[in-house]
Amino acid sequence: MSRAPINRIIPSSLVDGPGNRTSIFLQGCNLACSYCHNPETQMVCNHCGKCVPGCPSGALTVVNQRVVWDSEVCLQCDQCIKVCPSFSSPRVRNMTAEEVFQEVQKNIPFIRGITTSGGECSLFPNFLKELFAIAKDHGLTCLIDSNGTTDFSRLSDLMELTDGVMLDVKAWNEQVYRNVTKGPTNTVVKKNLQYLSNCNKLEELRIVCLPGEVDAEAVINGIWQSIGEKARNVKLKLIKFRKYGVKGRLHQTASPDDVYMEELLQIANDLGFENAIIV
Amino acid sequence: MSNVLEIVTSRKLTHEQKVASLAHAAEDSLFILDIPEKTKYYFDINAIDDLFEGHAPYRPRYIMPNYEKFVKNGSEFLRIEPPQDLDELLSGLMILYKHVPSITGFPVFLGDMDKLIEPFLEGVSDEEAKKKLRLFLNFLDRTITDSFCHANLGPEPTRAARLILELEKELQNAVPNFTLKYDPDITPDDIAEQGIYTSLFCANPAIANHKIHRETYPTDYGISSCYNVLPIGGGAYTLSRLTLPGLAKVAENPNHFLTELLPDCLEALGNYMNERIVFLVEQSGFYETSFLVKEGLIHSDHFLGMLGITGLAECTNLLMGESGKRYGHDEEADDLAEQIMTIISDFAATFPAKYSKIANGHFMLHAQVGMDYDIGITSGVRIPVGDEPTSIYDHLKHSARFHRLITTGCGDIFPFETTGRNNPSAILDIVKGAFSLGSKYLSFYEQDSDLVRITGYLVKRSEMEKYRNEQVVLQGTTHLGAPNYEHNRLQDRKVRGL
Repeated sequence: MSRAPINRIIPSSLVDGPGNRTSIFLQGCNLACSYCHNPETQMVCNHCGKCVPGCPSGALTVVNQRVVWDSEVCLQCDQCIKVCPSFSSPRVRNMTAEEVFQEVQKNIPFIRGITTSGGECSLFPNFLKELFAIAKDHGLTCLIDSNGTTDFSRLSDLMELTDGVMLDVKAWNEQVYRNVTKGPTNTVVKKNLQYLSNCNKLEELRIVCLPGEVDAEAVINGIWQSIGEKARNVKLKLIKFRKYGVKGRLHQTASPDDVYMEELLQIANDLGFENAIIV
Repeated sequence: MSNVLEIVTSRKLTHEQKVASLAHAAEDSLFILDIPEKTKYYFDINAIDDLFEGHAPYRPRYIMPNYEKFVKNGSEFLRIEPPQDLDELLSGLMILYKHVPSITGFPVFLGDMDKLIEPFLEGVSDEEAKKKLRLFLNFLDRTITDSFCHANLGPEPTRAARLILELEKELQNAVPNFTLKYDPDITPDDIAEQGIYTSLFCANPAIANHKIHRETYPTDYGISSCYNVLPIGGGAYTLSRLTLPGLAKVAENPNHFLTELLPDCLEALGNYMNERIVFLVEQSGFYETSFLVKEGLIHSDHFLGMLGITGLAECTNLLMGESGKRYGHDEEADDLAEQIMTIISDFAATFPAKYSKIANGHFMLHAQVGMDYDIGITSGVRIPVGDEPTSIYDHLKHSARFHRLITTGCGDIFPFETTGRNNPSAILDIVKGAFSLGSKYLSFYEQDSDLVRITGYLVKRSEMEKYRNEQVVLQGTTHLGAPNYEHNRLQDRKVRGL
């Protein structure tokens, strides 16, 4: 069985898909978005040890030059991730799909499914495949929350087990995309948009909105032109940028005002999006 | 409030509340029930409690009229013809409700309200129906000034239920309590989600496990007062309770409690309840004179006695002694609690109850939710406020285990973060899971809402504030809710988020 770095498992989440779901956050991302609200999930810990002295409960120690985290002692105060210079967290466990599912199982029968998120969970397709296979056996639905940089059309085994993908469309113009994400290109994201829409696996679309940083209007128009009528019933979440948790150049940037958000919603509604909401 | 002069001159009671209190004081001046010394002892140590039911029962505690029958036949006594349209229906019900007695002096059960209304909505627009129903609901809230009053919705979806839920959200009324009878095989998700969504604005409706409750009686059931499962066309003669911590305090050890005290006290309670029932049925004249009986809206064969229990948590914790193991947290404590429940349940299943045909000649168990004067006694079989398990799933699994043996009403209350409103389907998933495990009744309210559920009934925080400031308030239940809210630290109930 393959292992994946697990940042945390949230037993009950109502923001990660329909109904009540357990969300599994994987560690490590291939992008470094300026507005990322959980930047501690971006990188894998390099065991520099800078978080250890500040830990108030003594949950962190260095053993054989590796930072070791004791989950029993941890107070979840987040001091370690605040001081981490590497956009990482020492509280990451390398787990097999079976081990993750043991935690998920505690939440049955109260959940209707699981959602994997990150970081970028699609960087671990084999792990997801194994996890989803077990989840499916237990009657749970499986959703992927993704930045869309992995070409899903090449992962047909995984897609067969996946009920839907919640896709971040971070920018439409490639230059804007590079600036926001530090990623090379959004060609694959656009390809995924088409692919997921064609195979009816597009669960949700998400745009983090911040004028000057993100070309949200172009994204909305681009999606519509790209998949047309198929976009009509897909949930489109217009996410208002919030500075909470953000590290780096946007950490003190104000949220866009409601007027701007309403304008975007209007644009989406005028095009024909029937399930667009501001969150 | 027993001092008559104190009642007469009170500055905190409305006229109506004074009249009710005076009637109570008059009843309590009688001493006609035969109460043996041993039973008096159990009363004295606060192990048995008559819940202010009065010394000379002259009406059943809870009455569940067959309102369908009333709609079909009208009432000769009240000179009401069977209603032909929505106006006549609502007017007829308003008149009948006024004449349905109970322990509170007000009706505790208003019927399957959506089913009563639905046939009369044909040809009536939503707008028109809502105007009439708004007036009706406000009439009930302002005249039934005691929130131990309940109406039912579901489990089948109706336009009437949808309209009532829309109105409830708008009106923010404390009366009546609403329960949505819910069965995932019958009730569509959208109406259940509307119910949950509504409850996160006005603490109404609560959700009942219909699949389980429908098996309680050979006849149809209704939910009354602050959550009692009773047969339609009947009700409860009495609800007397065993206050478990009071009894545990005099136990020498757990074994003494289980093998001697508990069986002895239960027998005393059983005899006391029979004494009440016999007086009510044979002496009071209620069943010979009430038009509800004569017109077939109720029948004495459909009444039973509810044996209440409360404070299982504190009782168990007391008996666990210095081990410090706690109900809701430690397996050993929960196993002891289950032993206690099994003894009580076996007693109810075997002790002969008078005039209790619908319950096969026995008493039925009820998780009594507490009184305003209870301090350090947690409702029924609930886990104490402030000691709730971190995970709502663990909490619900525990509830399901302890709801099992209680047949006539046992539920839990969960305050939710405001964000719960964004995804009622997630809360419905939790309800489905809990009900599949055997949990019987769940209610929710939003952490900051004005309406809050005290133990089962609803009270407005704003009204409690007025009452604390020595002002007269409309709802009598505010008098009970205000001290209960403080004594049981209800503001500390664990708020659940998702």
